[in-house]
Amino acid sequence: MNETQALQFELVSPEEKLVSEPVKMAVIPGEEGELGIGAQHASLVASLKPGVVTLHKDSTNEAPRKIFITGGFADITSTNCTILAEEAIDVTKLDQAKIEQDIKDLQEDMSMASEPLDKKRIQRKIDLAKAKISALTGKIVL
Amino acid sequence: MPSLRDYRDRIKSVKSTKKITSAMKMVAASKLRRAQEHAEAAQPYAQAMSDMLARVAKNVVINASSSRLLVGTGSDKKHLIVVVSADRGLCGGFNSNLARAVSQKIHVLESEGKSVGLVFVGRKARDVLKGFHGSKIWDSFFGMTGKNKVEFVDANEVTGYILDKFEAGEYDICHLAYNHFVSVLTQKPVMDQIIPFNLDAAGDDKKDVSGKQAEKAETSTLVSPYAFEPEEEKILSALLPRNIGVQIYRAMLDSAAGEQAARMTAMDNATRNAGEMINDLTLQYNRARQAYITKELIEIISGAEAL
Repeated sequence: MNETQALQFELVSPEEKLVSEPVKMAVIPGEEGELGIGAQHASLVASLKPGVVTLHKDSTNEAPRKIFITGGFADITSTNCTILAEEAIDVTKLDQAKIEQDIKDLQEDMSMASEPLDKKRIQRKIDLAKAKISALTGKIVL
Repeated sequence: MPSLRDYRDRIKSVKSTKKITSAMKMVAASKLRRAQEHAEAAQPYAQAMSDMLARVAKNVVINASSSRLLVGTGSDKKHLIVVVSADRGLCGGFNSNLARAVSQKIHVLESEGKSVGLVFVGRKARDVLKGFHGSKIWDSFFGMTGKNKVEFVDANEVTGYILDKFEAGEYDICHLAYNHFVSVLTQKPVMDQIIPFNLDAAGDDKKDVSGKQAEKAETSTLVSPYAFEPEEEKILSALLPRNIGVQIYRAMLDSAAGEQAARMTAMDNATRNAGEMINDLTLQYNRARQAYITKELIEIISGAEAL
């Protein structure tokens, strides 16, 4: 395996290309468990659940960059890793207090909602917010 | 015969109209540039999505248990048309051309004995169509395409709505009608079928708003074999609803850029017409003034002669 070869990591949202940089390794939240992707990885298409993408740069002393995504898909070849995410935000920019407030608000909405479709939609939002919290704290929120 | 004052007032009003139309033209031009940039920025995602769909589709065996978004409901009686138009007027034939195309489609479908439902994104096409087809309107979404930026969240709201309706079995086939941005001078109303998804069409990408064709699609699909996690069918059934969102978002971007282009062209014409009108009116005003002066002179001279 060629050590000098880097993996071209791309993160695109429907609105724009968010990240495009070479990385040593990317850890992505696959639906069936986390995946560590380096250069020369076998070609793979995977669907992702809401969670954190961790980018490990070449230099070891640099802290890995963490990005929260709301689920999506990854398209991996030996040289590229392209992630399609509907929304992505740097973990450092997540605001725990605000998200907790959001969860409270959403749970209120939930108790008011009567239509099953609305309930489904609110439940999705709650799940997403909880995934954000667990991305921040490293713990699973129930 | 209008008086001099009437002419002056009209010239003044046409002049202020001209100011407004030329300002609108300028605003539309800058909004158009922004809309094109957004459409371009959205291209990588749409491209990656259609690449991935094409790749997954190649490995999927279609059977009875496949997603209904792919194989359809087995019926083609109930149609839904999602119409993406502008929220505002003053953009030439932009909205009415689209409304006409949709109206023709409705007639064709109805003459085949099918029922039609309508969902609108944007106010204007709804205003045109509600006279004849008011009873077919299911829902309308406003304020999505006129903003500075078309947001994916909005497209998702529409997608959520039509997917819920699909799951509830309220329609079998869904079409997406919008104005495709061909160039600044031309916007063409197009009608795409988005449900059930047409697998054969996956991968052959249409030109995007910025006019660039994706070059890498060909080469990147050749790097096989691919592994899938979870299995192909699951990925496909997760990809399909997302893809509908992307298509609707793309239609909204296309339409937003087209709207600004249409408005720019329309306002350019209006400004030019106003200029011509001012010239004509000024000529008439000068003539009238001349006639008035001549008349006064004649009156004075004939008055003096009479003495």
